[in-house]
Amino acid sequence: MPEKSGLPQGTLDLLILKVVALGPVHGYAIAQRLQQVSRDVVQVPQGSLYPALHRLENRALLAADWKETGTGREAKFYRLTRKGRAQLETEAAGWQRLAEAVGLILRMSEGGAE
Amino acid sequence: MTWWQRLWRRGQMEEELDKELRFHLEQYASDLIAQGRDPAEARRQARLALGGPEQVKENCRDARGTRWLEDLWQDFRYAIRTLRQKPGFAAVALATMALGIGATTVMFTVTNGVLLKPLPFPDPGRLVRLHGHSETWNGAAFGEQNLANYDFRDLQRDSRSLLMAGRLYNGATMSEPGNPEYVDLWEISSNLFSVLGVELAVGRAFLPEEDRAGGAPVAMLGYSFWQRHFGGNPAVLGTSVVLDGKRSTVVGISPAGFRLDDEADVYTPLGQDAAPYLHNRHAHPVGTVARLRPGMTLLQAQQELTLTGRGLAERYPDSNAGRTFRVEPLRPDVSEVRSTLWLLLGAVSLVLLIACANVASLLLARAVSRERELAMRVALGAGRGRLVRQCLTESAVLALSGGVLGVLLATLGLRPFLVFWPGALPRAEEVRLDWRVLLFALAVSLASGLLFGLAPALRVPVRALERALRSGARTVAGSAQRLHGSFVAAEIALAVVLLVSAGMLGRALLHAAVLDPGVNTHNLLIARMALSPATLPHPARIRAAWQDVLDRAHRVPGVQSIATVDTVPMREGNNQVTWWATPALPPENKRPMALATSVSPDYLKAMGIPLRQGRFFDDRDRLDSTPVIVIDGVFAQHAFGGRDAVGQRLWIPDIAAGPLEVVGVVGHVRHWGLAGDDQAQVRDQFYYPFAQVPDGLLRRWSELTSVAVRTSVPPLSVVEPLRHALRGDTGDQVLYQVRTMEQLARATLARQRFLLLLFGIFAGLALLLASIGIYGVLAYLTGRRVPEIGVRMALGASAANVMWLVLRQSLAMVLLGVGAGIAAALAAARVLQRLVEGMQPTAPSTFAITIAVLVAAALFASFLPARRASRVDPVRALRQE
Repeated sequence: MPEKSGLPQGTLDLLILKVVALGPVHGYAIAQRLQQVSRDVVQVPQGSLYPALHRLENRALLAADWKETGTGREAKFYRLTRKGRAQLETEAAGWQRLAEAVGLILRMSEGGAE
Repeated sequence: MTWWQRLWRRGQMEEELDKELRFHLEQYASDLIAQGRDPAEARRQARLALGGPEQVKENCRDARGTRWLEDLWQDFRYAIRTLRQKPGFAAVALATMALGIGATTVMFTVTNGVLLKPLPFPDPGRLVRLHGHSETWNGAAFGEQNLANYDFRDLQRDSRSLLMAGRLYNGATMSEPGNPEYVDLWEISSNLFSVLGVELAVGRAFLPEEDRAGGAPVAMLGYSFWQRHFGGNPAVLGTSVVLDGKRSTVVGISPAGFRLDDEADVYTPLGQDAAPYLHNRHAHPVGTVARLRPGMTLLQAQQELTLTGRGLAERYPDSNAGRTFRVEPLRPDVSEVRSTLWLLLGAVSLVLLIACANVASLLLARAVSRERELAMRVALGAGRGRLVRQCLTESAVLALSGGVLGVLLATLGLRPFLVFWPGALPRAEEVRLDWRVLLFALAVSLASGLLFGLAPALRVPVRALERALRSGARTVAGSAQRLHGSFVAAEIALAVVLLVSAGMLGRALLHAAVLDPGVNTHNLLIARMALSPATLPHPARIRAAWQDVLDRAHRVPGVQSIATVDTVPMREGNNQVTWWATPALPPENKRPMALATSVSPDYLKAMGIPLRQGRFFDDRDRLDSTPVIVIDGVFAQHAFGGRDAVGQRLWIPDIAAGPLEVVGVVGHVRHWGLAGDDQAQVRDQFYYPFAQVPDGLLRRWSELTSVAVRTSVPPLSVVEPLRHALRGDTGDQVLYQVRTMEQLARATLARQRFLLLLFGIFAGLALLLASIGIYGVLAYLTGRRVPEIGVRMALGASAANVMWLVLRQSLAMVLLGVGAGIAAALAAARVLQRLVEGMQPTAPSTFAITIAVLVAAALFASFLPARRASRVDPVRALRQE
């Protein structure tokens, strides 16, 4: 499935896991949260959010229940499974390492490369 | 949720997906409205942000991971729908597949039961059979050698690796209770049933102390014999039966269906038999089965037997020098039907292949006419893989439904098939539909589906979509035509193989029918005969009793002549002995062999065998006169070439220590059957007088002797008077296994006749299917060429031209198939010649007739489409565009 978010491959999954890790939350709220927290830098096309959620559910990284929202409507709330939490930790750590490495390279002085 | 739950609750999943997306849209819209947007505008924006809801849903479905199954289900329903749209096509295809798979399943069921299933004993993989081996034993002629009784007892006692049990085939006259009757008797060691691991139906097995000289006289009954004679009454336990004059107490009944190659009527303990041939190491009558002790392997058992055998050879060099013992897994003896079964399974697979080719070309015709539909679906975004899968699903549905029908056909057809089987099919009781058969049918169905579905599926258009979409009826699909042509050619080729095989079998039977059997089979009765058990211990009384039998039979009205004989032509059993024309005998296994038959003087007259030279036996040939023999023409030619055989001498150690004088030459008799005799290894025959059989052998010989009775009336009408007349003074002489010589002669061709019948049916089916195939393909191809034909006719082609156009097309396919078929048929003919007795070399006439029949059938099948083409109205054909 093509990623149209402009995010690096696999990043969307990581971000979703991170948001869901904060507590059970429905799809619409995830989209909102991502947008707010990243100060509108991360624009998740809502069309690819749901397939990603279903894929994560299918891989048993997320579980879902139907619950009432604050306004009394039924919505599908996602929560992290034990497997999902482990996945989040490894991926987050990996991302951290990669980001630092990329940062180091970018901060390299012109002459230092020789 | 597991994957199958997700699949099962597809409806609910769809609903939830819809609800989730709707919630998102509404929530978004209401947020926007709260920010002050106009409600209609808000909803529009929300929808825009989410994207096309159907596309999002599709992506979510993909993410579920059960997509392939959902597709399969969808394809399955689509397949059912398309098949129901064309019931005629579906019916023909289903019937074809059902026939093909049904016939194959029947043959596999029989093959499975007879050849493949293990023996019906617990842990059959640990059962073995023992046999002896020595340098002088001619194993090629006589098969594996059994064990001497003393050797068997020694091995049984000493073995650490095997639990051994012995069995000796014998027979006995049971004179009480009821009418005297000759029964099949097995003498067994006491542990036979426990070694095999079977439980008795009633009562107990023999005790070890009953299995030795002086043990209490006991007997067991075979289950079927018990049912037949005692109505299955368990009260028979403890009563007594009289076997060869000896009263024995019945202690047990063998389990139902118990058989080891065949079935016994009565069992007695082997260890009680005092017969001389069981009390030396020179005769080898005891068959031995064994079970590997826990933890022991076949190799260990063999090593132990080798050691024990060496020990016996040192202790008894006279009898055991050079003798070794071998062990091999115990397998059912089905050698006689193995080749028949494989042949039939092969033939029926050809029919199945033809059926597949037929359905493939039908499906292909449909696929080509659906080309535009498929192109349209590709244009609308269907993946090629998806369409190929869909086509394959369709053929799989067809094949599986055909398979289900086929299995039903097989259940119906199995019993009639077994009834038609010539003679007794070994292990027939094992033949039934079980999971192995069902698995086979499933595998065959799926393989067939793949086979006939592949070609149409691969025609799914990929490139030149636009051309496919625009193409009208005018296109002639060149590649499709070639593919169709090759299907037809393949069907024809397979049909040629079956037709030629059937033709060869037919020729062999015709050939055998006009052969001279060497005896006059008309009005000739053959029966085994058991003398009164009381006479058997006394040679003089045996001789007198046989003379009495001949005298009594002579007085029965309708009897012309009667003789005694030990081995009857064309019946089971023969006596092969070695001979030499000088006293300087080479070692036994280097000497040529001949068939020996001991007879009474009237044998030639009774059998109608012509005397060529010299004389036959008379009353002057007695124990104290010169030992004489009469040989047949084949033996005379073999032993003496062109010289006069009468007066020559031969050395035959098994018959006499000294030379034997040849006193006459008679005609050759087809001892090995009408079809088999020409190819038999041992064809030399000679006769010697029963009167000259030495006293020591007389009892054994007497037990083997039959009577041959020539009658002046239909032979079966004298059976009862004869039976009555031969009872003898004591009333316990028994005539059994009564046959006419015509029955025996006919039975020697039963296998060929059965094969011909089935090959004939298969060939007929093949011809029918191939004709339907040709008709279908031509009707389809011609239909597509109607506009072209219209143009041709408009340009002046005559009806005859057009017919020729179509017939030429069919002829090209047929001839291609015939060419390939001839090559394959030559190979098949070689297989038949090797496996079936009496096959003649392939004759060009067989091929010529076969091909004529095939081409005629093919032209007949092409005629209808051709005529239809010739009647095309050019104006309407051109308008059809």
